[in-house]
Amino acid sequence: MTDQDNKKIERRQFLTRATKAGISIAAAGIVSARLYDRQGPKAAVDAGLLVTLPDFSVPRKNGQTICIVKGSDRKATVSKAIELLGGIERFVAKGEIVAIKPNVAFASSPLLGATTHPELVAEVVRLAYKAGAKQVIVTDNPINDPASCFTLTGIGKAASDAGARVILPKPGLFRHTTLPGGKLIVNWPIFYEPFAKADKLIGIAPVKHHHRSGASMTMKNWYGLLGGRRNVFHQDINTIIAELALMVKPTLVILDGTEVMVTNGPTGGSVSDLRRADTLIASTDCVAADSFGCTLLGLKPSDLPYLAKAQNAGAGTTDYESLKPIFAAVG
Amino acid sequence: MKIVHVRRISQAFFFSLFVWFCIVSTVGDKFWQLRGWPINLFLWLDPLSAIGTALTTHTLYWPLLWALVTIVSTIIFGRFFCGWVCPFGTLHNFVGFLGNRKKSPSQKIQLNKYRKAQCIKYIILILLLGMAAFPSIDATLQAGLLDPIPLVTRSFNLLLLPILDKSVGFVSATARFYEGGWFILAIFLAVVLLNLVIPRFYCRFICPLGALFGIISRFAIWRIGKTQSECIDCKLCERSCEGGCEPAGKIRISECVLCFNCREDCKHQFIGYQTRPSLAGEITNPDISRRGFVLSLASGIIAAPAVRLSNQLGSNWYHRVIRPPGALPEEEFLKRCIKCGQCMRVCPTNVIQPGGIEGGLENFWTPVLNNRIGTSGCQLNCTACGQVCPTSAIRPITLSEKLGTDDFARVGPIRVGTAFFDRDRCLPWAMDKPCIVCEENCPVSPKAIYTQECFNTIRDGILTVKKVTENLIETVEETLTPGKLATGDYYCAVEGSRRCKIAANAENWIEILPDERFEKIPGAGSKIELQVRLQRPYVDIERCIGCGVCEHECPVSGKKAIMVSAVGETRSTDHRLLLKR
Repeated sequence: MTDQDNKKIERRQFLTRATKAGISIAAAGIVSARLYDRQGPKAAVDAGLLVTLPDFSVPRKNGQTICIVKGSDRKATVSKAIELLGGIERFVAKGEIVAIKPNVAFASSPLLGATTHPELVAEVVRLAYKAGAKQVIVTDNPINDPASCFTLTGIGKAASDAGARVILPKPGLFRHTTLPGGKLIVNWPIFYEPFAKADKLIGIAPVKHHHRSGASMTMKNWYGLLGGRRNVFHQDINTIIAELALMVKPTLVILDGTEVMVTNGPTGGSVSDLRRADTLIASTDCVAADSFGCTLLGLKPSDLPYLAKAQNAGAGTTDYESLKPIFAAVG
Repeated sequence: MKIVHVRRISQAFFFSLFVWFCIVSTVGDKFWQLRGWPINLFLWLDPLSAIGTALTTHTLYWPLLWALVTIVSTIIFGRFFCGWVCPFGTLHNFVGFLGNRKKSPSQKIQLNKYRKAQCIKYIILILLLGMAAFPSIDATLQAGLLDPIPLVTRSFNLLLLPILDKSVGFVSATARFYEGGWFILAIFLAVVLLNLVIPRFYCRFICPLGALFGIISRFAIWRIGKTQSECIDCKLCERSCEGGCEPAGKIRISECVLCFNCREDCKHQFIGYQTRPSLAGEITNPDISRRGFVLSLASGIIAAPAVRLSNQLGSNWYHRVIRPPGALPEEEFLKRCIKCGQCMRVCPTNVIQPGGIEGGLENFWTPVLNNRIGTSGCQLNCTACGQVCPTSAIRPITLSEKLGTDDFARVGPIRVGTAFFDRDRCLPWAMDKPCIVCEENCPVSPKAIYTQECFNTIRDGILTVKKVTENLIETVEETLTPGKLATGDYYCAVEGSRRCKIAANAENWIEILPDERFEKIPGAGSKIELQVRLQRPYVDIERCIGCGVCEHECPVSGKKAIMVSAVGETRSTDHRLLLKR
């Protein structure tokens, strides 16, 4: 090749190299510009976008806020109670997604009364589908091993046999939230995703004695929505229960007082901890439901500080009489 | 169909079966969960477990009878297990193939030549059996550390599966953790990657099971051998030889893993699988001299008592080694545990962890409960670990035996330890803060944690009365934090009266509950005491079974305010704490 050809090749190679160098420099510059951080890292990691649980409540109806049904068959009493509050159609519309949050906290047999009875969960799922729900989700964030809890309580099988979808907690399903005006629920992870897509929320809880808070009923049932190391809130148990009642606005709560755990709550552990009360309460007001429910434990509402706190914050009323409760009996 | 194709199908089948057994080892009743799958089949077929436990316990645990099938088949056919069944062997075969396939035939022949170092596996075998052989002195079963079936079982179950399952969440609803798992993985990867240096590295140089098969295949009815005494010596038969057994010359029967590659590669069909010995001569004995044998055996016999010099099986036992419920007393346990990790894999709460060397070298990779890991301590209504233990180091106890009900009511429940409070860390004991999460979660009935109520005067809690109006007490001092006393746990104590619960407060006043009254109204200038109501928890050692749910739930995370210690475990008389009624 001639000298001139060589020079041409050299020039071309140089230009190619120079272009590639230029692109690399530009890339380095652009990446630096995009990632540039003048401030440096903050002390605490940003939890990212905070979420708020949707408001699942339905409009009030005077005289149809709380219903108490006596009877020993849970399927019959819950159907009657919901019927007397306006029927399931008042709470679930066609095509809606309904989330049911029972108490699945412990890997305990349903005979021991520490968790929601599977029959009750199955019946509410059935009623929701009867009203035309598109899908019913049954979920909770238990204390013991989640898979074992759903199996040993019988709730997993009862729910899926009735056609509901059981959702176990996974890290990706939690989001951080702050309760407006809250002291404790500030930037705290909650079990969010199963509820975010739901249109309605029904809580189902047994009536139980609780050694720390006095009682565990529909308001304490929302503890299952908390994530993280939520045990730390036991230092101020009454405030956290009241804040839960403000954070969660359910469509309906069902308080099962068919067999009440009167001592050694919340885990119990023996059938001798239970006493038959054959009472089931359905309510759109958690505070009222718990206020009536505590009488089944031989308590008065003033014995449970969290009731007054919740009432004062506007979550409901402890004066259930003023709501004109409907009383009925089945069988 | 060519015999090598049949071999590959066999390897693929057994490997898939092994992986399937790893996947299904989750408690549950779906077809992809435990149900009745025989997940221990490979461990039972493994004669090293059978022979090891037979030496240490002088018994043959009934499922280990499967090993007889393998032993008898090996005596008849040779080391078919290594070449056709062993999942670890299949893995080495495959990686070795991948790593070396681009090499030239002469390079491959060079890689597959016999090396003297292949005698190391016999030394390892004799050492391990020596440690197990004399229970009257000290016997410990450490074969599981290098036995390939437990090794590959724990590597897959405790490492590969959780890592692969982490994003999918199919096998386990929650992420699984295994302490010190990195080291198990490192060994596994190192051994697998060594196949890139020499194919079937582990099989040739380390595997004690292969060594065992090598010894008992001396009498094999059929063996690989030359059909003619002279051949052209092209050595193509050694191109893909898996065992490094030199089929081109005097074949070493104890090294041959029956891969049949030599028979396949020989273009002149000079190699066959026959009853007569190879016409070019064969070596049946493993390449270990009498001196080597004696030295290895002696080292093994000395090693067992040597690792026990710290008296860790006596009074110097380490209290944080908490064994699963149903575990045999420690000395018996160490005679049976093959460190397969099945108990760790199947435990629904992920609380069983591979042990480290705390409490002695023998603790390594044995199951130890760590209540900080997993979803909830040892679950009350669960006996999964005992159901899957292949050698009954953890007995397959029934729920009645575990809980001390029905037939076992007189004996009482199995305790794996006792919980102890650290009162310097416990919130109600040391910090004047109410808690009792431990008591709430205690699963036994009656509970093993009970509380005693006590009222403590809070810091700076003695104040002077300024004025009392009905339920409102105004104080001279203005030091209170507004709202702090309104949690429902605080009381106001006044001389001559019953203490009253506080409903609200600001800097300089407190308000007691609407329906409470002081019997004697405090006058201006008198003192009031602000008190916090604490429920202080205690362990009832007559009830505590050491399940560790309390330790798991204690909010004082990091170093818990209640921790389980193995003292009081029922499996050992020496560690008993309770006096029997």
